[in-house]
Amino acid sequence: MSEKKRDELLNDHNHDGIDRRGFLKCMAWAGTGALCVVQGGVLKSYSLTSMSELGPKATGQLSFVQISDSHMGFNKAANPDVVGTLKAAVDKINGLATPPEFMLHTGDISHLSKPEEFDTVDQILKSASAKDVFFVPGEHDVLNDDGKQYLERYGKGAKGAGWYSFDKKGVHFIGLVNVLNLKAGGLGTLGQEQLEWMKADVKHLKHSTPIVVFAHIPLWSVYPEWGWGTEDSAQALAYLKKFGSVTVLNGHIHQTMQKVEGNVTFHTAASTAFPQPQPGKADSPGPMKVPAEQLRSLLGIADVNFVRGQHALPVVDFSLA
Amino acid sequence: MRRSVSIAVLLVALGLGIAGLDTGTGRFTASAQQKPETTEVNIDNFRFGPGTLTVPAGTTVTWTNRDDIPHTVVSTEGVFKSRVLDTDEKFSFTFSKAGSYPYFCSIHPKMTGKVVVQ
Repeated sequence: MSEKKRDELLNDHNHDGIDRRGFLKCMAWAGTGALCVVQGGVLKSYSLTSMSELGPKATGQLSFVQISDSHMGFNKAANPDVVGTLKAAVDKINGLATPPEFMLHTGDISHLSKPEEFDTVDQILKSASAKDVFFVPGEHDVLNDDGKQYLERYGKGAKGAGWYSFDKKGVHFIGLVNVLNLKAGGLGTLGQEQLEWMKADVKHLKHSTPIVVFAHIPLWSVYPEWGWGTEDSAQALAYLKKFGSVTVLNGHIHQTMQKVEGNVTFHTAASTAFPQPQPGKADSPGPMKVPAEQLRSLLGIADVNFVRGQHALPVVDFSLA
Repeated sequence: MRRSVSIAVLLVALGLGIAGLDTGTGRFTASAQQKPETTEVNIDNFRFGPGTLTVPAGTTVTWTNRDDIPHTVVSTEGVFKSRVLDTDEKFSFTFSKAGSYPYFCSIHPKMTGKVVVQ
């Protein structure tokens, strides 16, 4: 744990911290004590013990937290206590050095779309220091009713199946829905109506506006064999080409992963409920059973601090251990 | 508790099957007197097994979810559609007419299968 780990970009042709060749992946398995930070567009990984080196840069003008995949109602061997681990996530949020102003929940709030599952999550999140929560649905939140219940609970003011945008301190946030109308053999889907809305939503924004896009299923091709990608995400990202700083936050795959491609930083958050295997490292993407004492090191939250003038938003993963 | 949930899902499934008989324009013919054959499909490790099942007309196919994660059984052409199946829950459908019936899990659409009715 005491060994310092730090990896920097190798393809920085323009000397601006951006890997234009477009591929950098950081598997930040929190259990190994590593975490990933993007500062000024440079992705670095740190051991947890070297957190203090981040210094004031980790404290920004805008702080928010991403939580994901609470799967309230799940009770199988991979985690019989998803209530306890969600409470641990809230404790972790309340212990952050810079209190976050709000939370994003990137879906799979519930396991089976049951009203009492949503109620439990809402109740637990009330004890977080950040009061506002912005949700997007996961596929587990829209079971049996094509998302009607989800929309009634969380979609007030949203468009279509629950997509919306808002601004915080000059950062433009876009919440997208890619878990409905899935086609046999396919991946996540945004659909034409949502894409057209998004195109219009960003049309009049200045190029210098930092953009944060959040959605449940990754908007990049993590592992299509397991459905870990979105069919029409390239179209959505094409609308964001003009912006200098785009951060894409997803869940769904129950592990942290990061990739920088041009102006876009992609990041997936850990689940608060149970881990899933690394892509292709198991027979299926089903819940991964680990020894009880390791579980919380594979669950977590993501803390995001925006500092004006920085190219990309630093995303720091904290495990629940 | 688990058993009663399974039975409830099965009853719902049967209800859907009967609805299918009512709304079809002679595509599905009831055969109350005949004892239909039953064939099982297991959902395990995010796969339908067997992936392609060939059965004679009149067969009732029962899917059982053996995973720790919920799945659905949804006809690609809208012929049948289960509610969400949690662990050990079942869905049944009686295939009365010959043909090919592709289906998938609407939650994990990479999971696909097919019933061929002869």
